Amino acid sequence: MSHDGHHSVVIPAPGPEFVPHTVAHHFDTPVQEFQAAKLGFWLFLATEILLFGGLFAAYFYFHEAYPETFRVGGHQLDWRLGALNTSVLLLSSWTMAMGVRSAQTSQKQKTLLFCGLTVLGAVIFMVIKFFEYQAKNEHGLVVFSELFAPYDAATGSIPWFKDYHGVMAGLPHGHLFFAIYLTMTAIHGLHVVIGAGLILWIMKGAAKGRFHAGYFLPVDLVGLYWHLVDLIWIFLFPLLYLVP
Amino acid sequence: MTTNVPVIDSHAAAPQAGRKNFLNCSQGFWSWAGTLDHKRIGIMYLVGVSIALLAGGLFALLVRLHLWKPEGVLFGNVEYNQIFTLHGAFMVFLFVIPAIPGSLGNIVLPLMLGAKDVALPRLNLLSFYLWVTGAVLATLAIVLGGFDTGWTFYAPYSLYTDQAVVTIGLAVFVLGFSSIFTGLNFIVTTHKLRAPGMTWFRMPLFVWAIYATSILQVLATPVLGITVLLVAFERLYHIGIFDPRLGGDPVLFEHFFWFYSHPAVYIMVLPAFGIISELVSVHSRKPLFGYKLIAFSSLAIAIISFLVWGHHMFTSGQSTYAMFAFSFLTFFVAIPTAIKEFSWVATVWKGSIALNSPMLYTLAFLVIFAIGGLTGVILGALNVDIHLHDTYFVVAHFHYVMMGSIALAFFAGLHHWWPKIFGVIYDETLAKIACGIIFVGFNATFIPQFIMGSRGMPRRYATYVPEYEPFHQASTVGAMVLGGGVALMVFYLVASLFQRKTAMQNQWGGVTLDWLSPTPPPLENFDEPPTVTTEVYDYSTLDYKTMQTPVA
Repeated sequence: MSHDGHHSVVIPAPGPEFVPHTVAHHFDTPVQEFQAAKLGFWLFLATEILLFGGLFAAYFYFHEAYPETFRVGGHQLDWRLGALNTSVLLLSSWTMAMGVRSAQTSQKQKTLLFCGLTVLGAVIFMVIKFFEYQAKNEHGLVVFSELFAPYDAATGSIPWFKDYHGVMAGLPHGHLFFAIYLTMTAIHGLHVVIGAGLILWIMKGAAKGRFHAGYFLPVDLVGLYWHLVDLIWIFLFPLLYLVP
Repeated sequence: MTTNVPVIDSHAAAPQAGRKNFLNCSQGFWSWAGTLDHKRIGIMYLVGVSIALLAGGLFALLVRLHLWKPEGVLFGNVEYNQIFTLHGAFMVFLFVIPAIPGSLGNIVLPLMLGAKDVALPRLNLLSFYLWVTGAVLATLAIVLGGFDTGWTFYAPYSLYTDQAVVTIGLAVFVLGFSSIFTGLNFIVTTHKLRAPGMTWFRMPLFVWAIYATSILQVLATPVLGITVLLVAFERLYHIGIFDPRLGGDPVLFEHFFWFYSHPAVYIMVLPAFGIISELVSVHSRKPLFGYKLIAFSSLAIAIISFLVWGHHMFTSGQSTYAMFAFSFLTFFVAIPTAIKEFSWVATVWKGSIALNSPMLYTLAFLVIFAIGGLTGVILGALNVDIHLHDTYFVVAHFHYVMMGSIALAFFAGLHHWWPKIFGVIYDETLAKIACGIIFVGFNATFIPQFIMGSRGMPRRYATYVPEYEPFHQASTVGAMVLGGGVALMVFYLVASLFQRKTAMQNQWGGVTLDWLSPTPPPLENFDEPPTVTTEVYDYSTLDYKTMQTPVA
């Protein structure tokens, strides 16, 4: 966009390995740019919480409607794997915070290191998740190959819910717990993947020296996003694995 | 600054040749399609929502034509269901929700704040392209066989029908994020980009209204997003949340849906209130009566509107105590709304009223909205609603609000800011005639619907018993007149772009910052960054010369 002769504000780079940042033309000061983006991002995080809020409302509603289904269903989840994943995400939140701090103090190598460790945390989380899903698949609680098969109203059986060992036998709507488990953890998992992608994007910028004490806004925002992903899991873990 | 005598300055009136503005500063397809300028994005929105309005209007005319005879004229039952669903879905999701914030809000809000652009211009362009994506998906859903659920997608029918519900659900999800990002952008812009001296209580009321709207967009729309996603998931892998065969609860869908969609009614109407607040003041040349009351009533509506959704479900079998609460809160939300109506009327009272075409549309709004609002209070009463639920009375009520009030306010704002945006003025005589035709046509369409609704005519039926025939025929004739009025409006507005009859710098004598920037505004809105030193709507600061200086 042409600037019609107006001079843009430029934040100088703190050293030769960094690049300067040009403040967007419609902002008067770097502080204004920083605060605007930060406010906008917090609002975006609020919408994410509300989106999950619908799922949490559904969880509570059906937990109340079919408590026994949720109690027995919850025992089919491996709380040890859930706890391990919780630890992985908590640790990755710490590495992310350290990554943000390193960017704020213009430590390029440390920024890359801590962001890399966070992505590693995301990968470990998804691998553990994969093994959990695989166990559900083996027990016929969520048969992934049948997930999108058509529902047969005549027999009234859900194609992806076979329950080979009959653990949910006799309980009302046994599939419902696993449907909610799958929907909530899959949407959360999607957020983990998106978050890891964003952190990789941050690492690309950090390698070019875009982030330093004068300008670290994107690192800060992606950090906030990662903490939200962590925070949502902190609620999902006890509700799905422990409360039942 | 208190000169009330118009002075004609022949030097100022001389056109400055070749002044650059946002319309002519660059040319070519990508200078528009890839623009980050809020005014160009606003114009692209204007084109988009206008097409959606005309498409939705066409579907409405088809519905009305079909209902000319009791047995139906044009369609079979399934096709009729598809056509009224298309009408509702296009009008609600593609026109009414994005229309005012996306087009006029985008163009005017930064100008009113004295900002160079919205705070997040890239996000603004993304909002627009999400809207386009949603529109394409909605059209795709028609190609894939249509959808016949009504715009409300009520479960369990939306789970069982064999039509393209997943595609239209995806369209609504994407459109929801378009709306969220627009609201988010306006909140940040209002907080962070106000010109020096532009305190919160010096902001024009249009900004207050858009701000309150934005809060609703950000806080309510995600719930709709997850709701339509859950409907899609339900169809794809049978979660069982909404499907009663699988242990689900269809009423839960209604709760989720209306938790968004009642606030959404205010997402639609608050920007209209904002336009009317500006226009009654400018065209009466009088500071707004009850400025702070109107500002706070917008916020009050934003809050209370989250607590009334259950009034859509009085016949769903929900708890009686909940019904008392929802009914009371529905009456309660009428109070801030009535405060606005009274304040507008009090603003016009003893003002120096100029019956320009934007003012005529505004006055039409004041009459129609009074009816639309009061019939809402009638429907909020529990015992009356049991009788009127799902009848044409409800249809007429929400059309008095959505079409009669919101579309009319949109038209009013369009006529008001048209000379500001394009630097040209349309044919005033035709505009006044069109306004009259639209007002008469609108009332002729919906007054019969109030009557037959109160006599029991249910909504969404493809056929009806013969005793309702005169009402349906009157309504159809009214709809044709209304359609003719809108067509005439589109004609003279588009024609004005070709006739290029030059507008004045300050066509109506506004004193908010949008009228103090050059007309049409330059790329960054103001030649010099403005500083605000006076109170809002202080007409003693009006420079009459700008009203007689043609656009350069």
